[in-house]
Amino acid sequence: MGEVFLQSLITGVTVGSAYALVGLGFAIIFNASDVVNFAQGEFVMIGAMSAVSLLAVGLPFVVAIGFALLITVAIGMMLEKFAIEPAKSATVVSTIIITIGASIFLRGAALLIWGKNFHSLPAFSGEIPIHLGSATLTPQSLWVMGVTALMVLLVRSFFKRTVTGKAILACSANPMAASLMGIPVRRMMLFSYGLSAFLGGVAGVLIAPIAFTSYDAGMMLGLKGFAAAILGGLGNPMGAVAGGVVLGVLESLGAGLISSGYKDAIAFIILLLVLFFKPQGLFGRAGSDRV
Amino acid sequence: MMNNTLKALLSGMVLLLSCATAQAGSEIKLGTFLAVTGPASFLGDPELKTLQMYVEKINREGGVNGRQIKLFHYDTGANPKKAVNFVKRLIKKDRVDLIVGGSTSGTTMAVIPLVEAAKLPFISMAGSVKIIDPVKKWVFKTPHTDKMAAQKIFLDMNKRGIKKVGMISGSGGFGKSGRGQVLALAPEYGIEIVADESYGKKDTDMTAQLSKIRAANPEAILNFGFGSGPAIVTKNIGQLGITLPLYQSHGVASKKYIEMSGASAEGVRLPAASLLVANKLPDSDPQKKVILAYKTAYEAQHGAVSTFGGHGYDALFLAVEAIKRAGSTDKEAVRTEIEKTRNFIGAGGVFNMSPKDHLGLGLDAFKMLEIKNGDWSIVE
Repeated sequence: MGEVFLQSLITGVTVGSAYALVGLGFAIIFNASDVVNFAQGEFVMIGAMSAVSLLAVGLPFVVAIGFALLITVAIGMMLEKFAIEPAKSATVVSTIIITIGASIFLRGAALLIWGKNFHSLPAFSGEIPIHLGSATLTPQSLWVMGVTALMVLLVRSFFKRTVTGKAILACSANPMAASLMGIPVRRMMLFSYGLSAFLGGVAGVLIAPIAFTSYDAGMMLGLKGFAAAILGGLGNPMGAVAGGVVLGVLESLGAGLISSGYKDAIAFIILLLVLFFKPQGLFGRAGSDRV
Repeated sequence: MMNNTLKALLSGMVLLLSCATAQAGSEIKLGTFLAVTGPASFLGDPELKTLQMYVEKINREGGVNGRQIKLFHYDTGANPKKAVNFVKRLIKKDRVDLIVGGSTSGTTMAVIPLVEAAKLPFISMAGSVKIIDPVKKWVFKTPHTDKMAAQKIFLDMNKRGIKKVGMISGSGGFGKSGRGQVLALAPEYGIEIVADESYGKKDTDMTAQLSKIRAANPEAILNFGFGSGPAIVTKNIGQLGITLPLYQSHGVASKKYIEMSGASAEGVRLPAASLLVANKLPDSDPQKKVILAYKTAYEAQHGAVSTFGGHGYDALFLAVEAIKRAGSTDKEAVRTEIEKTRNFIGAGGVFNMSPKDHLGLGLDAFKMLEIKNGDWSIVE
């Protein structure tokens, strides 16, 4: 049983890291505008699919991934510019519905461009597994965990230490006051979407060698990332990361130790319980509105 | 004078009209409903392309018994409700002579009561054994069943002396149905299922389930599923360093599976139709000529052939042959002739129907394949 436990834990942290990156993307946009961007999962898919195509064209690996991330960022910014910004007077709920529409549109476009087949990226540094006692992990898992950790630290110091990061936080706190203080709110929004898309694209490229990708791969990852963000407390980027890892580990331990048939149910029951007893999420602060 | 011209014109028109109706009356009306779009489009799309391609060819070559075939097609999107509506339309409005179609077991099962009530011959292209077991008078089918796949796998396990099997299956309809067959049939072959795990359609990692299976000490692992799941299972098994023989079902019978699983796919065994290994069949194989002809014709127009299009080929030609023998499209006569099909060489195998067997394929319709050097090879 110990062997199964260790293996499930390793798997859970790997899968959870990908959820964490997607969840982080959700949290950043939510932070900047109170909007849940349901096209976040599509960024994951676009990142991975673009990398597959660019690689197939014959670009070197690193260049292909670099361009794939650029494409994803460009699409994220276009989403903000052409779908979100024109509806700036819309309510938060309407904007969320716009993002759902955008996700369906992006998925449809991907279906037309790339077809229905599954695609795979080669692993970054080989596929020879590393043994940890009786359990194994692939070098790609280390990439997933390592790059996720790096991204999380970068995003964290970005919001803590840079003027732009603080400006985005200011926009979320009070857009009116922020713009009166000379902060270009719209540009900050554009930047947030670009950053979220970048994180989604990174998640996509990291996980494609393990889990493959297809035009509809973003739907599931988007949902899991959203669950991660909720579990950690929406609007708390570090909470979303923790939520992602917790969700991944729960699923994996559920499958390994209890029953694989109920693993999603186990994870979602725990999510429901958390929301029931702590509606602001595991790491969220209790909301307080000044009247 | 005027009167005469008018008369001539009128009689000409009447003649034309009667010709036209005679022509229409002599067409063979073939109805079909397939999942060309939606989640099962990988089935319906090649099936429809195959039907259209061969109906056109038959018509170009003079039709069946001198009559042209007219194809009535509706896209169900794999939705059983739509299938019911479309089959009603085929029966009542289009008044078709027979129906081939129903890409998925769900759409097929939904329309069976309709075709039985209308007393219309119906050849399904869906997998489930439930379509023909128990036998329904008017219903036939062409694809191999999951039961046959399980039997073929167990026979191969018996040959290799494997007695304890760890199973992992997809949670979709195909995986679930296959799992049921495996559990029901295992005792007959003296095989014990020591682990029974599953995974969701979009899961990204199955190492947790697989290490649980390894802990149960099986002698082989069996995976029933299709899509990306089986490829991930295969990769994870390689990653975990599990060296047990791995069996997959006919659900992974495409080159894409080998490509996605990479090196871990080496040595994987699965039952599949001969179509996959058409070029490797010995010349003595009765199917070789038929399969190669179909493969060449399909690939000239549409790209890589799949076994699913082959189910459409078989359904169409079972119907055409039966109509030829019956000499008419009389429903009862055609039904009887389909049931009397003997030694019909199709893409899926050699069909021998009987009043008790409305599929007519034996276990020999499946070949046991092993993946070697990134390609299929036949195990004998």
